[in-house]
Amino acid sequence: MMQLKRPIIFTIILIMGLLWIFLSANRSGASTGGPLLAPQEGFLAPDFTLQTLDGESITLSGLRGQAIVINFWATWCPPCKAEMPAIQEMQDAFREQGLVILAVNATSQDTYTGIAPFLEDYGLTFPILLDSNGEVGSLYQVRSLPTTIFIGRDGIIQKIVIGGPMPRALLQSRIEELLK
Amino acid sequence: MLTILQNFFSPPRHLIFPIIAIWVGLSLSSRYAPKRGVAGNKLENLALISLLAGLLGGRLGYVADYPQAFLASPLSLLSLNTDLFDAWSAFAFGLIGAIIYLQRSQLPFWHTMDALTPAMSVLAIGIAFAHLASGDAFGAPSTLPWVIEQWGTDRHPSQVYETLTALLIFCLLWKQFSQSEQPGMLFLRFLACTSGLRLFLEAFRGDSALIFNGIRIAQVIAWIVLAFSLLGISRLSRSPKSLQDI
Repeated sequence: MMQLKRPIIFTIILIMGLLWIFLSANRSGASTGGPLLAPQEGFLAPDFTLQTLDGESITLSGLRGQAIVINFWATWCPPCKAEMPAIQEMQDAFREQGLVILAVNATSQDTYTGIAPFLEDYGLTFPILLDSNGEVGSLYQVRSLPTTIFIGRDGIIQKIVIGGPMPRALLQSRIEELLK
Repeated sequence: MLTILQNFFSPPRHLIFPIIAIWVGLSLSSRYAPKRGVAGNKLENLALISLLAGLLGGRLGYVADYPQAFLASPLSLLSLNTDLFDAWSAFAFGLIGAIIYLQRSQLPFWHTMDALTPAMSVLAIGIAFAHLASGDAFGAPSTLPWVIEQWGTDRHPSQVYETLTALLIFCLLWKQFSQSEQPGMLFLRFLACTSGLRLFLEAFRGDSALIFNGIRIAQVIAWIVLAFSLLGISRLSRSPKSLQDI
């Protein structure tokens, strides 16, 4: 008896499954966070304004339309130091194509006076932003240094890389993806 | 509770859950494998070979996508960084590696799939815990009383649904791990339960990839897998020898 009923039950399950697919379709067409602000891949990168070492103010939303890499770092952090030369190489290679690198120093956990000598030692030319009270770090839920965030021209976070040093190929491949 | 888990196992530490799950699951599978006529060590070899093939394929797939990046830095080929992998290539190579080993060692296909079912069901739990810890596979916005706040919005706790259903499937199949029935039945039951629940729960996800008209692609794939597994169960029930071993 059960053997006779089984195909009928299975057919009903499959028909209900099909109905569920159509009933639960996402008509809004948004597959992820889209325009919502959140420090997560697929979401719009939360906005912030920070001062550079030179006293200039940079606002993230003001850079919309460009591919952005935000690197959270500190002078005492060995993997941060190890990946800095590769980041500088990327800045040199892809700046003309619209790449902007923002190196956010976790100043609340760092020594302010050590930053300028660090830049000189490593020959860094991209803007260094000072997160003096750790607000941007906590806005992006940075739990370890370095953390690197790749943001597309539309302002959506494409990739978050936690920890380091990043292999050079990873850095370049993610930037190539941003610039596509 | 959820916050503590997310703080302790924030990415990349969340990967510890699938790794533990593979280890526990394979131990469980090896224990029950002889009851299915499969040697435990052969099952471990199969898992190891598909894992190695998957790792190699995942890296090669990534290199094929970004050749310029690796030409500029060839040593990155050997990097241990998990971000330098292409998931689809890893899956394809892992599968090919497994099929080649199955054929060369003459392991019976359906017996082997049954023997691997405990490992697969434990892995599903491990992946669900990893999602819970990392915040991936997040839910759609909701106003239900049991929502969780995530990424600035109240959402379905989709990772909790995923964890509970993976645990439920494991508990439902637990007694069947040691029972001997028609080859393929245990695996097909696992496949039917997993795909059926995925088909249902995907509707509450906030990160689904969509195809035309807002249809979620994961639901379509889950429906096809469900249809295949129900057809297999139906054929096995009618004629126990209908699923011939490959």
